[in-house]
Amino acid sequence: MYTQAMDIPDESGKKLAVVPGAASEQEAAFEARIAADGRIEPQDWMPEAYRKTLVRQISQHAHSEIVGMLPEGNWISRAPSLKRKAILIAKVQDEGGHGLYLYSAAETLGTGRDEMLAGLHSGKAKYSSIFNYPTLNWADVGVIGWLVDGAAIMNQIPLCRCSYGPYARAMIRVCKEESFHQRQGYEALLVMMKGTDEQRAMVQDAVNRYWWKCLAMFGPPDADSPHSAQGMRWGIKRISNDELRQKFIDATVPQAKVLGVTLPDPDLKWNEERGHYDYGQIDWAEFWNTVEGNGPCNKERLATRVKAHNDGQWVRDAALAYARKQKERQVKEAA
Amino acid sequence: MSTPIDYLLHLADNAVVLGQRNAEWCGHGPILEEDLALANVSLDLIGQARLLYQRAAELKGGDATEDKLAYFRDAHEFRNYTLLELPHHGPLVGYAAADRDYATTIVRNFLYSTLMVLVWDKLLQSKDASLAAIAAKSLKETSYHLHHSRDWLVRLGDGTEESHARAQAAVNHLMPYTEEFWTTSPAEGAAVAAGVGIDVWALRPEWDAMVNEALEEATLTRPNFHGYVTEGKVGLHSEHLSYLLGEMQGLARAHPNATW
Amino acid sequence: MSTAPALKDWPLWEVFVRSKQGLEHKHCGSLHAADAAQALHMARDVYTRRQEGVSIWVVPSASITASNPDDKGELFDPAADKIYRHPTFYEIPEEVGHM
Repeated sequence: MYTQAMDIPDESGKKLAVVPGAASEQEAAFEARIAADGRIEPQDWMPEAYRKTLVRQISQHAHSEIVGMLPEGNWISRAPSLKRKAILIAKVQDEGGHGLYLYSAAETLGTGRDEMLAGLHSGKAKYSSIFNYPTLNWADVGVIGWLVDGAAIMNQIPLCRCSYGPYARAMIRVCKEESFHQRQGYEALLVMMKGTDEQRAMVQDAVNRYWWKCLAMFGPPDADSPHSAQGMRWGIKRISNDELRQKFIDATVPQAKVLGVTLPDPDLKWNEERGHYDYGQIDWAEFWNTVEGNGPCNKERLATRVKAHNDGQWVRDAALAYARKQKERQVKEAA
Repeated sequence: MSTPIDYLLHLADNAVVLGQRNAEWCGHGPILEEDLALANVSLDLIGQARLLYQRAAELKGGDATEDKLAYFRDAHEFRNYTLLELPHHGPLVGYAAADRDYATTIVRNFLYSTLMVLVWDKLLQSKDASLAAIAAKSLKETSYHLHHSRDWLVRLGDGTEESHARAQAAVNHLMPYTEEFWTTSPAEGAAVAAGVGIDVWALRPEWDAMVNEALEEATLTRPNFHGYVTEGKVGLHSEHLSYLLGEMQGLARAHPNATW
Repeated sequence: MSTAPALKDWPLWEVFVRSKQGLEHKHCGSLHAADAAQALHMARDVYTRRQEGVSIWVVPSASITASNPDDKGELFDPAADKIYRHPTFYEIPEEVGHM
């Protein structure tokens, strides 16, 4: 799962200035490879700004996966059938796996997972704002699969061709698994729409609450997206926020029709001339307020992650202490 | 040869209740890698429960289904060991709140999976072919759960002072509940008589040896048993089960005519 | 909000998975573990949730540790029945198109 366009500035990016100047031979080689749509690997030389941008983007992405386990995890214990329970556990577990693949990719850039987690826990690093909204009924789980993961896939498929090799490879793994997430969500909703009136009402309620938040996930309009141009040039962002958002809407409207739900936007209609759906105004003030930490669940989500990490300290310490003792024993035996 | 339904429910309820408990760590584990590991344990257990409930529903006939059995029976109808319904912390009453303790989770998984590798292995010979097939699948999974929990038990016991103390406290808290393994319920007796179940009592020496060996490696001591033997498998549970089921069954019961 | 130091000194391990007999072990990512044995178990849970593998290597820096082929049954077969992890498990009406 994930994520709004990963170019939300955070504290790590403040020092991030592209230093113009004497292009070294290395820099020329880097630029040439990027221009030829080649891949950059960890041991290759890269500009500091490229490295920092990637660490920020990949760690924001990883944090989104980990925090994203919480809203859906909220329904694991109450899943209404054993089949759905198993599917949901497998799905939330996958999000954890995705976080892990992404932390791995970021670690190849020389930033440890502990450092990235410290950034998350102190509130300096951002994650996708979609996870700061509550999951209020069982259909939220299906809607997150259908819409949130659907939006994520739109965002992530282009990243499989990202210029940084380890990130691109992690995204290929993630995208393969993400298709299961979207389909399970949509199918769960289909079953509910064929069920009782209460079930249909749950689905519509969840769609009403999540539709606009999903559109905002693609990030601010291109005109207000300062990092985008550099990201595009470096091949770590492939398609603009607005373009992806439009693509998502165009793909989703027919799916909503099959499902039998109404998307809560009176301005949503087909524009023959553009060959796309027109849509209404996204509430960007609300979006930025949530990104800045003031959404309905920001504090709960973060505090939960911090607690899990702090409560786990003694377990991690124990494993390490044991590994050290074992090593000492082996050394003694050998002596 | 078919198995007494209560015996299948005993095995199924064990799996679903412990699966539910293990899933409570999803998103809250001590390290991301462990979130994934415990989710796998939970998925295996829920998978086992589904197969066992399906078999029970088949034998029961009528409108019985796996979900009817899992979601529409009350606490006193559940046949799981009391050990498995306990929350992830030391001795506290059902409506007391406490943090999750990883040592409790690990020790419980260890004690139960040690029993179940022996049980599933013997059930490979069950005259009920469906049960034998479930046993074959479950044995592989449970071997992995034993590996995982035993590995952590040793690390916690022989890790730091704090982890040792926590692991020892968990062993002291949980070990008395294992006495329930060795009593024979009417369902177990009937299953043995029919040649489809196993005499768990016969597994005790091997279980003891495996547990003692692991505890020794973990530098932990086994508390002496004296007194009360729990009776979850005949439907007399702790205060904790009805909370667990209240949460698990609430949504399904609020919409009894819905399909999901 | 206080923050405990993270994963201090849990080394990073590179994970290689052989997807089937006859193929090479292929690098698929990394993870943190206290030692080799733990890294191997964690690699199974992290990188083979969809029957991606029949054998795993974990590599700390220079040395390689390979999984025991005898563990094949318990390590990988349990994923065989989790068909709900694959997108094709879900029937989606044709009119919806590609998902």
